[in-house]
Amino acid sequence: MASLSNYISILDPSLLVVMAGTVLLSISASLVGTFAFLQKRSLVGDAVAHAILPGIALAFILKGEKDPLILLFGALISGWIAIALMDFISTKTKLSSDTAIATILSVFFGFGILLLTYIQGQANGNQAGLDQFLFGKAAAMRQSDLWVYGGLALVLILAVFLFFKEFSLLSFNPDFAQSLGLPVKTLRFILNTLMVLAIAVGIQAVGVVLMAALLITPSAAARSWTDSLKPMMLIAAMMAALSSFAGSYLSFIAPSMPTGPWIVMSLSLMALASLFFAPKRGMLARLLQQKKHQRKIRNENILKAIYHFSERSDQQKDWLRIEDIQGIRAFKNDSLKEGLKQLNRKGLLLLKSHQLQLSKRGEQEAMRIVRLHRLWEMYLTQRLRLKSDHIHPNAETMEHIISPEIEAQLLRELDYPDLDPHQSPIPYENDN
Amino acid sequence: MTIEAWYIIITGALIAASTAILGSFLVLRKMAMLGDAISHAVLPGIVVAFLLSGERDSTLLLIGAAFSGLLASLLIELLHRKARLQEDASIGVSFTWLFAMGVLLISAYTGQVDLDQECVLYGEIAYVPLDLMAFGNTYLPRPLLVAALLFLIVLLYLLFSFKGLKLMSFNPDFAQSLGIRTQVWHFTFMAMVSLTTVLAFEIVGAILIVALLVVPAATAFLWTRALIPMIVLAVFIGVLSSFGGYGLASVLKGSIAGAMVSVAGLLFFSSLLIKLLTPKKN
Amino acid sequence: MKNKDINKVPSLEVHNLAASYNRMPVLWDIDFQIPQGVLTGIVGPNGSGKTTLLRNIMGLMKADSGYVKIFGEDLNKVRERVSYVPQRESVDWTFPASVREVVEMGRYRNANLMRRLSKTDKEKVNIALEKVGMLEYANRQISQLSGGQQQRVFLARSLAQDADLYLMDEPFVGVDAATEEAILEVLSELRNEGKTVVIVHHDLQTAYQYFNWIILLNTRLVAAGPKEEVFLQENLREAYGGRLTILSKLSNLIAKSEFPVREKGFKETEGSGDGQS
Repeated sequence: MASLSNYISILDPSLLVVMAGTVLLSISASLVGTFAFLQKRSLVGDAVAHAILPGIALAFILKGEKDPLILLFGALISGWIAIALMDFISTKTKLSSDTAIATILSVFFGFGILLLTYIQGQANGNQAGLDQFLFGKAAAMRQSDLWVYGGLALVLILAVFLFFKEFSLLSFNPDFAQSLGLPVKTLRFILNTLMVLAIAVGIQAVGVVLMAALLITPSAAARSWTDSLKPMMLIAAMMAALSSFAGSYLSFIAPSMPTGPWIVMSLSLMALASLFFAPKRGMLARLLQQKKHQRKIRNENILKAIYHFSERSDQQKDWLRIEDIQGIRAFKNDSLKEGLKQLNRKGLLLLKSHQLQLSKRGEQEAMRIVRLHRLWEMYLTQRLRLKSDHIHPNAETMEHIISPEIEAQLLRELDYPDLDPHQSPIPYENDN
Repeated sequence: MTIEAWYIIITGALIAASTAILGSFLVLRKMAMLGDAISHAVLPGIVVAFLLSGERDSTLLLIGAAFSGLLASLLIELLHRKARLQEDASIGVSFTWLFAMGVLLISAYTGQVDLDQECVLYGEIAYVPLDLMAFGNTYLPRPLLVAALLFLIVLLYLLFSFKGLKLMSFNPDFAQSLGIRTQVWHFTFMAMVSLTTVLAFEIVGAILIVALLVVPAATAFLWTRALIPMIVLAVFIGVLSSFGGYGLASVLKGSIAGAMVSVAGLLFFSSLLIKLLTPKKN
Repeated sequence: MKNKDINKVPSLEVHNLAASYNRMPVLWDIDFQIPQGVLTGIVGPNGSGKTTLLRNIMGLMKADSGYVKIFGEDLNKVRERVSYVPQRESVDWTFPASVREVVEMGRYRNANLMRRLSKTDKEKVNIALEKVGMLEYANRQISQLSGGQQQRVFLARSLAQDADLYLMDEPFVGVDAATEEAILEVLSELRNEGKTVVIVHHDLQTAYQYFNWIILLNTRLVAAGPKEEVFLQENLREAYGGRLTILSKLSNLIAKSEFPVREKGFKETEGSGDGQS
């Protein structure tokens, strides 16, 4: 961290400009991108980013110099034509939307490359520096650029706030938006324009090829942290800002490395980390949750086995041996021991030198599981009319899942039956 | 025309023909954007292959690089199925990440990799005649031979897999119901796309390969109603784009690969226009 | 059923099949058998799992539990005796292929995928085309066909497979009267040859008239058997009278949680199994 604060304190103003610029650009792109993500139009964003290239090149050819506003205007026009063409091709021809996107993306981009190389061959070609649009050249950003691009980014951010409600409705449920009397077509036009603008502005930082990442990756990452839109956009914006910061820092300490790819790299790593490790929705969290469920299922099965033993054995034993449980149900030895320990810790089970006994609460819990199992078997035979020799496997799973609410409903619907389909008694808590 | 010009045009035509064949099935299977993703994603594999071999014609390593394309499709699959990210975003996140990694590798090892960022984008087809290989007394451009070999491989693949590819593209569920191992077919197809992308990389650049994969096939699909004519027409359009592209590029003094794509795009849009203006007869 | 069929193995046995779609349970322990030589309709309201059932039988989805036997064997052993007709809408009919090409796919096997079709294969294709009245359209491109003709092409492809058990997903949807008639004729011919046909069908009105064996489904099996025994007021009311609330609630709970849809690898020791718990 010392070197980081060092870095900031020794920054000359032009580097601060770069940082402020990239952070603003990426925030605006991530916010607009969230809506593209929600509409499952991420790849359209990718195509638009590529399709902007010929617009910029043509604007330069016509104007003869690198005026940011004119170039933006060119970008806006060609981005818009690309969107319109993609929509047209995928709706009016037999080509699929996926083919339409790939076609527009690659043709516009190839044409853009042709124009760029043409410009480079011209007299004023080298001073154009148009190739920076390919990979972005954040480091070359000057103060005048910051005013234009940063200002536009601010406008975009503001527009997203202004139209937040309309855009979210449009993304989640366009039919409903229409039924509310919202001008869906106009809104879509505005949203598309914002997207093209955000892309045109954003390529200053990362270039056309990697622009898609700035649009999509923050929302893809944010999605694994939250289910609601506002926090999602906030997280996306924060990640975008953070990665721009990191990208500029990394390319500062290693000047030969370009800023744009570093931004995308840090953004992607954040996204992958989120997708894998985020609490609740992350892949790892879900795996752990599954593991936890498996433990719960095993422990409940142990309780049940103990219950069955006392139900079946003629002589009532107070203390059971581990072998007694194994005699009822074949658990793996290690797994059984682990389960017994966990149950003991929870106070459901008493352990005494290789012998065990259910506690009061343990007995109730065991009864609950056996009750759910037999109730569910009852339900399956009565409502699903399954044969009584087929219902066991199903109940074997559902007994662990049925919630108290569903249990109450089962009891009501089945009217507190005494016996299950196999004539085993259904245990209730006030029985004994 | 000079012999150099012919070298360039024929190399371009062979590449375009190979991609047109594979691209026809990409278009029909509605997987064009997966092709796009793969063409970006092979970059880090190519850079690593160059770094390890220190030269660019180590075919074995390039085939290794083709596996990075397959890895990309596996990553997309992983994000989509296991991390439950929606499919379009899975594609977008994966290929931008891998591409960024490739660019960073290139800039980190500038001295050691004979690659630059422009080459990544639009290849070096103009230098084809300079890279000669000796055959006894005759010299032929190495990229031309690579392109010819690629075309041969793709042609053989098409010949042996035509029925399978047709069935898989039209009705994969039915194929599976016949007991056909659709996963194997899918994997092989993706491997072919990756291999083509890697071999064509230095000639037309990673990104323009997408154009050659998709655009001729899409154009041909507009005109035809049978599979073999579609593939033949796609190949023809690809070859035509190579000729036209060379001409256009020499007039504008611009990138040949860019011009090839522009010509292919022109053919696509004029086909679209003609198809729209001529009334449908039933 | 006549007595002679009783000794035969069932053409299709679905045993305790449970399946889910995106972790949402769609089929609850479906259990039935279909004898050989019957014309069966799988009938039920929208979203009752009819297509899922068919896809599970064909091994296109992985079941959560239970199994399927076809002529008493695993599907892989008898694949050549089974023909599957997916929903017409499940494919893109703009695909550049001719009618003949599609029907030829019915003769594709792993063994001949890399080779040309044999003469017998081509003959079978022609016979199948003739049977559905599409021989004169054999060279037409499929994009030019009407909905009814598309369905006939699928039927011909199925006939070309020369199977003993036919599984068809909604073949009567969106077809004209002539095609409906043609399909019915083919079906009764198949039945006369002693073949078994299983058809997913959503229309209750025509089901009674078309089929002689009915599977009534609504995520659970309501009834299965000869149509006279199944088509009872109470069964129909049960199948079409909405979902069971408890079942839906539990399904949602499973879909949202990370619980296994079915407990993996549980095994009870002898004597404690068989539902004695």
